[in-house]
Amino acid sequence: MSELLLPPEERYAKIIAEKRNEDGSELSVLNLGPTHPATHGIFQNILLMDGERILEAEPTVGYIHRAFEKISENRPFYQINVLTDRMNYCSSPINNFGWWMTVEKLLNIEVPKRAQYLRVIVMELARITDHLICNSILGVDTGAYTGFLYVFQFREKVYEIYEEICGARLTTNMGRIGGFERDWTPKAFELLEKFLEEFPPCWQEFENLFERNRIFIDRTVNVGPISAEKAMSYGFTGPNLRAAGIDYDVRVAQPYSSYEDFDFIVPVGKSGDTYDRFCVRNAEVWESLSIIRQALAKLPEGPIHADVPDYYLPPKEDVYNNMESLIYHFKIVMGEVPVPVAEIYHSVEGGNGELGFYLITDGSRTPYRLHFRRPCFIYYQAYPEMIKGAMLSDAIVILSSLNVIAGELDS
Amino acid sequence: MSDTKTKMVAPPEGVVGEGFFATKLNDVVGLARANSLWPLPFATSCCGIEFMATMASHYDLARFGSERVSFSPRQADMLMVMGTISKKMAPILRQVYEQMSEPRWVISVGACACSGGVFDTYSVLQGIDKVIPVDVYVPGCPPRPEQIVDGVMQLQELVKNESVRRRNSPEYKELLASYNL
Amino acid sequence: MALETANIQERLSQKFGSSVFAFGMQRDIFTFEASPENLHEVIQFLKEDEELNFHFLTDLCGVHYPENDDDHQFAVVYLLHNWVENTRVCVKTYLNANPEVDTIIDLFLSANWMERETWDFYGIVFKGHPQLKRILNMDEMISFPMRKEFPMEDSGRTDKDDRFFGRTVSNKSTL
Repeated sequence: MSELLLPPEERYAKIIAEKRNEDGSELSVLNLGPTHPATHGIFQNILLMDGERILEAEPTVGYIHRAFEKISENRPFYQINVLTDRMNYCSSPINNFGWWMTVEKLLNIEVPKRAQYLRVIVMELARITDHLICNSILGVDTGAYTGFLYVFQFREKVYEIYEEICGARLTTNMGRIGGFERDWTPKAFELLEKFLEEFPPCWQEFENLFERNRIFIDRTVNVGPISAEKAMSYGFTGPNLRAAGIDYDVRVAQPYSSYEDFDFIVPVGKSGDTYDRFCVRNAEVWESLSIIRQALAKLPEGPIHADVPDYYLPPKEDVYNNMESLIYHFKIVMGEVPVPVAEIYHSVEGGNGELGFYLITDGSRTPYRLHFRRPCFIYYQAYPEMIKGAMLSDAIVILSSLNVIAGELDS
Repeated sequence: MSDTKTKMVAPPEGVVGEGFFATKLNDVVGLARANSLWPLPFATSCCGIEFMATMASHYDLARFGSERVSFSPRQADMLMVMGTISKKMAPILRQVYEQMSEPRWVISVGACACSGGVFDTYSVLQGIDKVIPVDVYVPGCPPRPEQIVDGVMQLQELVKNESVRRRNSPEYKELLASYNL
Repeated sequence: MALETANIQERLSQKFGSSVFAFGMQRDIFTFEASPENLHEVIQFLKEDEELNFHFLTDLCGVHYPENDDDHQFAVVYLLHNWVENTRVCVKTYLNANPEVDTIIDLFLSANWMERETWDFYGIVFKGHPQLKRILNMDEMISFPMRKEFPMEDSGRTDKDDRFFGRTVSNKSTL
């Protein structure tokens, strides 16, 4: 039997005894989590420590395992969207649209340009909130609470825009198969304009506060670096991979939802350390803002959803007054809509990496199998290696900078 | 500063005279407890993010006497359970509850903590009241920060009116015994 | 020049003959099957061959097909990606009711947890995996929850009355 199958405490006890006999050093075991306040989520790490230095770590995950994949096998397609919200809840619209695009790919639905552009705007707003949380929390962990309090008011502003679009703040459940459930109100555009005006100065100040800050640099430069080869082997994607110097971005590699229409740079780092991850996220926020501006400027007129009565719920007044709409409504709700038998993989650039949906259908109203490629789950396994030899306080900073979201990690 | 709109907590009912104020001990203790509830955030998922918003500048839970978020269960009064509690997590939640000293209150925030929410699956605990007693339930998936604040205010009402002897009463002991605590 | 699917097929057939088969396009992804005995070599070849160069493991997951014949009860799906040519490829391998396949940890470090997850959900044994234990579910669990026969809902629940959900005991497991 492999050593690694033992519980970490037992494994460490052996090492401690060996070390004591060898040179009299006193190692200790520290249980960090699962509800440690500094870890921002449910992460447990059992650490073998030499003083304040980490020698070995074993993460335990699954503390909020909710069986998403099992539920998806028992729910019709349009109800699965609710689950995707709760995966990476810092940027739920990206998850929502990722899922709708998977279904649209399955059904060969062409989404109108206007809806695609509106989706891009919301997805980029979501990316901004995601990076904003990650970077400001990183600030909190290095001892700067002000940045967090300062930029968080703008997250509220983004949530107000979401509310105007779909009615919810955090778990948005936005969009429908083929587009949006309703057109955006003038108020939503107004709020968006206001955000685009007020947010950049605030973000600039936030950047100024950190980027050349002595303490911040000391705490983050060369902390938790990862080489490009290692990052690739560990399955890193998203900002964490780009911080290591690889410019892989799903938005560029496999453009979806008209991303090919926009001009943007994919920022990359060099050393893959915490500071680079911070800077890449900062730069991405600027790119996202630029994409939103471009999308707003080029926003075409037209319908906000594809003409697919088989899958798109008709407006309520038509259901009451129109025979055909009533039939479609009934068919959709009762799940009597044909779905092709297929295997689909679709991925989008989520807040922290390539968010993939691997879908197998058998023609029934529910997926036969749906697997979420959750970027956090895949790159979090590099964490023990990244913190090996680091100080305990650095381990916290590294965890924050990786932006591991517990809901996505544990599915 | 004269331009701030500071609202002081009203004193309890009592007899006021020159140089003295007589009231019931219950009321004084209730008043003190209710306005200095130290929360212990047990945030697991989405609702935790909304709690972050509640704590941050816009909604500012500190206005209700909960400025200090106590991450040590020993010094906390109110356990705020936010997010899905899986069966793997349940023993830890229970342990945290056991570590809190009396008097202690529990707010269950969000559909998952209240009833399991949309996650009616083999791995999710169907409501935290299966393992620990709960005082206030805040519905929503996730609840808005206003709702969380409302939940805290509801709890303040409970705390204000709680008898100082309640924790020694046989009913309370029976309640704990029903949870094997 | 993009990597042509015909090219991939030709190189694989040259190397492995008939143990790599069922080539086809699943929408935009080139898909084929490999026999479980050869799987490790196939993936290694895909990764290390200079022309193919599928150097990134995007995804790894299991599928359960209880309706299939005995040799096709489970499938393990590997999604590989070549970032240089921007080509994806999907390798599948079908396993019998006693599922076992070689681990690919030595090729991709990211396979570690993905294989653990697949074992946790389906009970597919990855031979040579150093730490094949529960990852998302509780250590005490004995069954494999993503298998089709495993009910989604908690069997011990008492607070929900099936009658109000339009369910009876007999259709609960099939719903």
